[in-house]
Amino acid sequence: MTLDRRSLLQSFAAAGVIGAVDARARFAFAATPGDRRLVVVILRGALDGLAAAPPHGDKDYASVRGDLALQTGGTGALHDLDGFFGLHPSFANLKTLYDNKQLIVFHNICSPYRDRSHFEGQNVLESGGIQPHLLQDGWLNRALQPMGIANGDRALAIAQTPPLMLSGKVQTGSWMPAVMPAPDELFLNRVRALYANDAVLKESLSSALALQAASRTAMDDPAAMTSDSNGQKRPGGGGAYGNLTPLFQGAGKLLSASDGPRVATLEASGWDTHVAEGAADGQLARRLQMLDVAIDAMRTAMGPDVWNKTAVVMATEFGRTVHPNGSGGTDHGTGAAAFLFGGAVAGGQVKAEWVGLRSNVLKDGRDQPARTDLRALFKGVLAEHMDVPNNALESAVFPDSASALPIKGLIRA
Amino acid sequence: MSLEAAIAVHRFGLGARPGEIDAVGPDPRAWLVAQIGMTAEQPVALDGSAFPDSGTLVRQEQAMIAERRAIKAGDPDSQKKLAGGRLKIFTDEMAGRFKLGFTTRRPFAEHLVWFWTNHFTVSTTAGRTLSFCGAFEREAIRPYIADKFENMLLAVASHPAMLVYLNNNASIGPDSPAGQRTRRGRNENLGRELMELYSLGVDGGYSQADVIALANILTGWSLDPDAPSGFGFFPNRHEPGAQMLRGKSYAPDLKGGIQAVRDLAHDPHTARHIASKFATYFIVDEPSPQSVARLESVFNKTGGDLKALAIAAVEDDAAWEPRPQKMRSPVEYVTAGYRLLNLPGDDAEGRLTRAAMASARAMGEFPMTASSPKGWPLTSDAWSGPDAVLTRIEWAKEVGERMPPNFNAARVADEGMGSLVAPATRTAMARAETQGDALALLISSPEFQRR
Repeated sequence: MTLDRRSLLQSFAAAGVIGAVDARARFAFAATPGDRRLVVVILRGALDGLAAAPPHGDKDYASVRGDLALQTGGTGALHDLDGFFGLHPSFANLKTLYDNKQLIVFHNICSPYRDRSHFEGQNVLESGGIQPHLLQDGWLNRALQPMGIANGDRALAIAQTPPLMLSGKVQTGSWMPAVMPAPDELFLNRVRALYANDAVLKESLSSALALQAASRTAMDDPAAMTSDSNGQKRPGGGGAYGNLTPLFQGAGKLLSASDGPRVATLEASGWDTHVAEGAADGQLARRLQMLDVAIDAMRTAMGPDVWNKTAVVMATEFGRTVHPNGSGGTDHGTGAAAFLFGGAVAGGQVKAEWVGLRSNVLKDGRDQPARTDLRALFKGVLAEHMDVPNNALESAVFPDSASALPIKGLIRA
Repeated sequence: MSLEAAIAVHRFGLGARPGEIDAVGPDPRAWLVAQIGMTAEQPVALDGSAFPDSGTLVRQEQAMIAERRAIKAGDPDSQKKLAGGRLKIFTDEMAGRFKLGFTTRRPFAEHLVWFWTNHFTVSTTAGRTLSFCGAFEREAIRPYIADKFENMLLAVASHPAMLVYLNNNASIGPDSPAGQRTRRGRNENLGRELMELYSLGVDGGYSQADVIALANILTGWSLDPDAPSGFGFFPNRHEPGAQMLRGKSYAPDLKGGIQAVRDLAHDPHTARHIASKFATYFIVDEPSPQSVARLESVFNKTGGDLKALAIAAVEDDAAWEPRPQKMRSPVEYVTAGYRLLNLPGDDAEGRLTRAAMASARAMGEFPMTASSPKGWPLTSDAWSGPDAVLTRIEWAKEVGERMPPNFNAARVADEGMGSLVAPATRTAMARAETQGDALALLISSPEFQRR
């Protein structure tokens, strides 16, 4: 499909015109935007935090996770961070960021939303309200003006249409690579389930996917290979279903321009692992690896100078159940993991109010509890990295967030 | 919202626009019948302008060819320029046609147009038809969807697009003055297909001698830049002498030719052939003999009244089977998706319309580009191959990703499909990661893939 591949150029062109006309308005509001870059990655579908950032030092971890538990040794071992928390084996590049003190991992963190609907959860995550549909625009959009961004040339959604998080009064641009990423595996599995009783469509879809898989194996691009922590080469997911690299790489390139965007959003779905989640290998492992490779592609595309001015915050609408369900997956939960990384981040730490994994401390006996408010993380990043003043954070950006004090010490001084 | 209303909108119509199913009213059959006026709506260009008629197009084409000759014989650039001009005419016409499909309030009438255009296939595989394809549908199909079949057949057989496509413009009676002078001869193409594909059917009881007779009858039917219709009869190319076609003698003039075409339209073989195709297209891939016989009898009794034929299909109980019966063709599928979402909306630059055109092509179908005069297949198996299905799912996913924040997929499903949505689809939509994915699942679902 070729639909609106020129939106970037157009939004830039339009922004140039608007920018000139509106120079006075901008001057009146705030200083020109700084040189720092903020990227927000939304992982839609509820990423399993215990898989992405396993608390392998918790004495109950192995038993509560069962077949989903990751191992600390042998092939497919998780990456240890601090002797207690680790990263999924697929997160080779994130592990390097951690070692370079450019990654902070958060755990038991969640938006104020406490039910378990994706749509509502994402609405709260993105609107920054305390309930679904309370606010009609996104917190990141509301934060643009206080950052000194009054017009669309400095804020960019890597998407067909800007997500709610970046939608609102300030006009923003959107961009997608010319080659659309194909649907992710999870989505295709859902369609496959819809076709279960449809002999014709079921057969056709299976056959097409088998053919695609075969041609992918045959054409694996050596350039898209990546090394894991043991120095083993693994396919980097080039051309694979749901490949995220073109999106993240594109974001990195666009953010690298000195007169380009300062704020960008990225979205990745494919995390709603109700069935056959897998541990070191499998569905989630493949998806995490695509994400890991894509993040590294973004870092490379930015170049070291811009990377050093960058903070990337990556969050999901809620977590998943601690225990595996009856079909080798996990169901919708509450507390989750979140990630903050980039050259500007004071990394090399895990921030979690950890209370264990026993049923009596879990929410409703099943979910990781929410001990840290995601808004506290967002507010901390906006304050320290983008110089958003406190009064704006507390009123326009995150109304009713007094209980979520901005987390400090996130950004390198 | 009744199930019958939803079936009317999806099976006979082109898929529901917002509110369309509710607007059907208590009598879905009457809602369909009311759409079959005398003529179908005419598409306009995306900028709102009207398309030129065939006479103008024939003159334009001649001018283009003359210009190319004048520039330089065999100059590849001028060749390219000519092809580009024709291609633009064609894509502009098709963009207007797609947009009409997305927006029309008479979707059953439009669906009838699509059936007949495909039945009388003219394809751009012959490059010279590019300029005339759009005009063909506008002039030879749309005015006749509720008329007599003989009038449509005659309009088709004498249209510049058809005359070019099946080479009748190059068919010269061997014994005619022009044939004697140039030593060029008859071309059987139109004569054969007029019987095999467009009227009697392949088992329609005609011989090779009949093919030659009809080809002779049609000699001299060609393009005339001086005529408003672009059609002209050229006696000096016409084969002299009466022609014996299927036991009847026809005078060697235009009148004789017109009579021959009308007689083909009234042949009982034609009634059976049309009834069978019509039932296959609108009712089910393998229609029952009773369904076909009913349509055939109506066609015969009414002298090939196409409105009566359409009403007979609507009144066949077999056409109201609740389970979707037919895989939507790519053009039908993309159109149903756009109607579901009330697209293309304000599409001044035509970007969304052109995207839909590219999508349908990627899924394997584009109007008036079939590989042979047989046209695009009528049955589901043509559109449900592995790559086609995957492409459709990818398209659905992409459409989902374009939805604005706060989009409500469940509401779209309720409004656009009603009780046609399978419980499994509703459950999957409720569990989807995003509203966009929920919409993509709806559009990918077996019940939306079909009609």
